[in-house]
Amino acid sequence: MRYLTARKRAVGKGAAGTGTEHHWYMQVSAVALAFLVPAFIYIVGSAIGGTQEEVLATFARPLPAILTGLTLFAGVMHFNKGAQMMIEDYARGSMRKALIMFVIGLSYATIATGVFALAKIAL
Amino acid sequence: MVEFALPKNSKITTGKTWPKPEGATNVRKFKIYRWNPDDGKNPQVDTYFLDMDKCGPMILDALIKIKNEIDPTLTFRRSCREGICGSCAMNVDGINTLACIYGLDEIKGDVKIYPLPHMPVVKDLIPDLTHFYAQHASIMPWLETKTNAPAKEWRQSIEDRKKLDGLYECVMCASCSTSCPSYWWNGDKYLGPAALLHAYRWIIDSRDEATPERLDQLEDPFKLYRCHTIMNCTKTCPKGLNPAEAIAHIKHMMVDRAV
Repeated sequence: MRYLTARKRAVGKGAAGTGTEHHWYMQVSAVALAFLVPAFIYIVGSAIGGTQEEVLATFARPLPAILTGLTLFAGVMHFNKGAQMMIEDYARGSMRKALIMFVIGLSYATIATGVFALAKIAL
Repeated sequence: MVEFALPKNSKITTGKTWPKPEGATNVRKFKIYRWNPDDGKNPQVDTYFLDMDKCGPMILDALIKIKNEIDPTLTFRRSCREGICGSCAMNVDGINTLACIYGLDEIKGDVKIYPLPHMPVVKDLIPDLTHFYAQHASIMPWLETKTNAPAKEWRQSIEDRKKLDGLYECVMCASCSTSCPSYWWNGDKYLGPAALLHAYRWIIDSRDEATPERLDQLEDPFKLYRCHTIMNCTKTCPKGLNPAEAIAHIKHMMVDRAV
């Protein structure tokens, strides 16, 4: 039980001064993915059915490799920011912070793994 | 974590069924949420029957008839009876609306009436709007100026005045905020559609000189950016306003000044 005025509860700790960057990042990455995902699906689709050598050769070419890398980065970072927002919606206190840390870690680990695999194929 | 189920003491039980009016041929069933903080019981849904040939056309008419003629303990807020005061906001047939301007003919079957969702209940159909009003007060719902007051009046062009249309009409009934899932989960921090619509009303006012301070105050992942454009607010607004659009405008202004 705390004797706080309604106004003090409503104001809380005040505005954090952030949020717009997150919002803008989601908008930019969404627009980027609107172009990248169809291109990536086309590349994967055209590679389907080929032998392993043919598929590796496809992803060793500069354009498919760069497109795949960009899709991976933009897609996972979009997931990262979106998942953070979802966690903020539903989780509370320390659980919220722990889950956000986990999602950020998972995202960077996924990007690093993907870039390593791409580099191994393309270089 | 967010609580998705009602706590034990909030689970709704079946309540009293009141007798049907004698000799009535046009009878309608009303199921109404009841909770009394003084009796220590769980909330219950009472069933009433009204002779529709002797009842007014609106939900509020039926509630007043029940209170006057059947059960004087039924508690609800009402005042103007014409959609101006915002007092009688409640959840009717699953929709947050004003009981005074929602017609009984708009509902098929039994009429189910509950208080505005996800708010603490004071009694029966009366939600506790203390926090909601404090959030409204926190957005400084008044004209802030730094220039010395003019001798006569703050002038405004017809075009600038038109920008306030669709905003100033809000009666703060809380139908929109209490229909918003983001407000349900994070209503302690998220300002909600009603407060943000009012915030935009003052941000966009050509006479107001505190736009940067107002935007600073909203620059927060929770106060503003909990809005996920779900649009329940716009769908439910009994005055036909569009809080989601107002929030989108605020977000545009935030991006405009940052990028």
